[in-house]
Amino acid sequence: MTPLPAAAPIIRYGRLLTVLGLLGMAVVYLLALRYTPVEARQGMAQKIFYVHAPAAWGALIAFVLVGVASILYLWLHDPRLDLFAEASAEVGLAFSAVMLTTGPIWGKPIWGTWWTWDARLTLTLFLFLLFLGYLTLRAAVREPVERARFSAVLGIMALVLVPFIHLSVYLFRTLHPQPILLKPSRPSLPPQMLRTLLTSMGVYTLLYLGFVTLRYGIGLRRAARLREVDDA
Amino acid sequence: MPEAIRSALAIAGKDLRLEFRTRTALLSAFVFAVLTLLVFNFSRDQSLISTTDLAPSALWITVAFGAVVAMNRAFIIEREQGAFDALLLAPVPRGAIYWGKFLANLAFVGLVEALTLPLFVLFFNVPLGRALPGLLATLVLATIGFVAVGTILSAMVVRTRFAELMLPVLILPFMVPPLIGAVQVTARLLGGRPLTEVLGWLRLLVTYDVVFVTLCTLAFTAVVDE
Repeated sequence: MTPLPAAAPIIRYGRLLTVLGLLGMAVVYLLALRYTPVEARQGMAQKIFYVHAPAAWGALIAFVLVGVASILYLWLHDPRLDLFAEASAEVGLAFSAVMLTTGPIWGKPIWGTWWTWDARLTLTLFLFLLFLGYLTLRAAVREPVERARFSAVLGIMALVLVPFIHLSVYLFRTLHPQPILLKPSRPSLPPQMLRTLLTSMGVYTLLYLGFVTLRYGIGLRRAARLREVDDA
Repeated sequence: MPEAIRSALAIAGKDLRLEFRTRTALLSAFVFAVLTLLVFNFSRDQSLISTTDLAPSALWITVAFGAVVAMNRAFIIEREQGAFDALLLAPVPRGAIYWGKFLANLAFVGLVEALTLPLFVLFFNVPLGRALPGLLATLVLATIGFVAVGTILSAMVVRTRFAELMLPVLILPFMVPPLIGAVQVTARLLGGRPLTEVLGWLRLLVTYDVVFVTLCTLAFTAVVDE
């Protein structure tokens, strides 16, 4: 059996990153409320964008890394990759929950409705449900190696599903604001807004790292204890 | 690889023979599909929503639910007396086992669809006419896609607790792209629009099929190998 690294230093490191990330969040809130101009048509409601878009970004990183870790697991059979995928999926679930709650809060004043069956919204909801399904499958398999194999297969399949989800977004009519950062022409945001958004994305990336490291450490500790029980 | 194809066909043949001897699963999946269609008919205000508006979604939700119910059986029948372990011990490539199960599921779900389609036309008074070839093509393309995914997922969930509940939870997100495509195509075809208008969606269905059949064939080894 592959020896697992010690959990305690990883948990400590994860805690440190998380605290830094949370401090960064405070800075983002300050920047969003004090530094950025109030958007002319949407007013204060637009401020939620600095949380919503970075949360979506965090969920996306989490999702892609679950897929990458799954591919690597099937190749290398290293239990650490499986523990990382589990951590990343849980954090992704949390981030997509943030994305799915901040969206409607913005949608109510701007679109006049909490929820619309717009393609991107619907499919984001399915992203959330994929994370949930992935974690449900993990919970339903008891044997660790079998759980790792099954969830790796599901993780890869979900990763492949996402481009199809993306494609359907373009084929389906959509209400959602079009991407303003990653588009061929220059980003169409005033510099203060852009800087705040980028800061927030950096902070969310840091938070992702913090949460995942922490959760990975906890997973390691649990796996080590289970092995002790098995040996005893 | 004619040897692998022969093995796959043998496994599929075994599953279908087993099914036709009892016909329980086929019958219950069909009755379930009919009931879903009936429920749809009562789920709307007839003076507000016309049958033609409801028809595409009624057809596809019935097909999707019917398929989920039907696909669970592929690996559940292997659970008894360690039958699946025996299948794994046979000198047959893993991919052939997957294809055997995939083809049997495809035949099974296809049969349920073939039985449901006339009833759908009857209940919803759908003017099929020139839409039939396009509709059949859509049925085939969409079914291949989600049966490919359903076969590998059912191989996993059968080893878990709550297998019957797990499959719908896992497979429905994967059914979404083919279902969106199929409903769009069906609505346009039943509305008398030409096939050229839905080529984009058909292309999406074909791509989905190719990608997922390939991926699932490759990934199946990881599911069954200890």
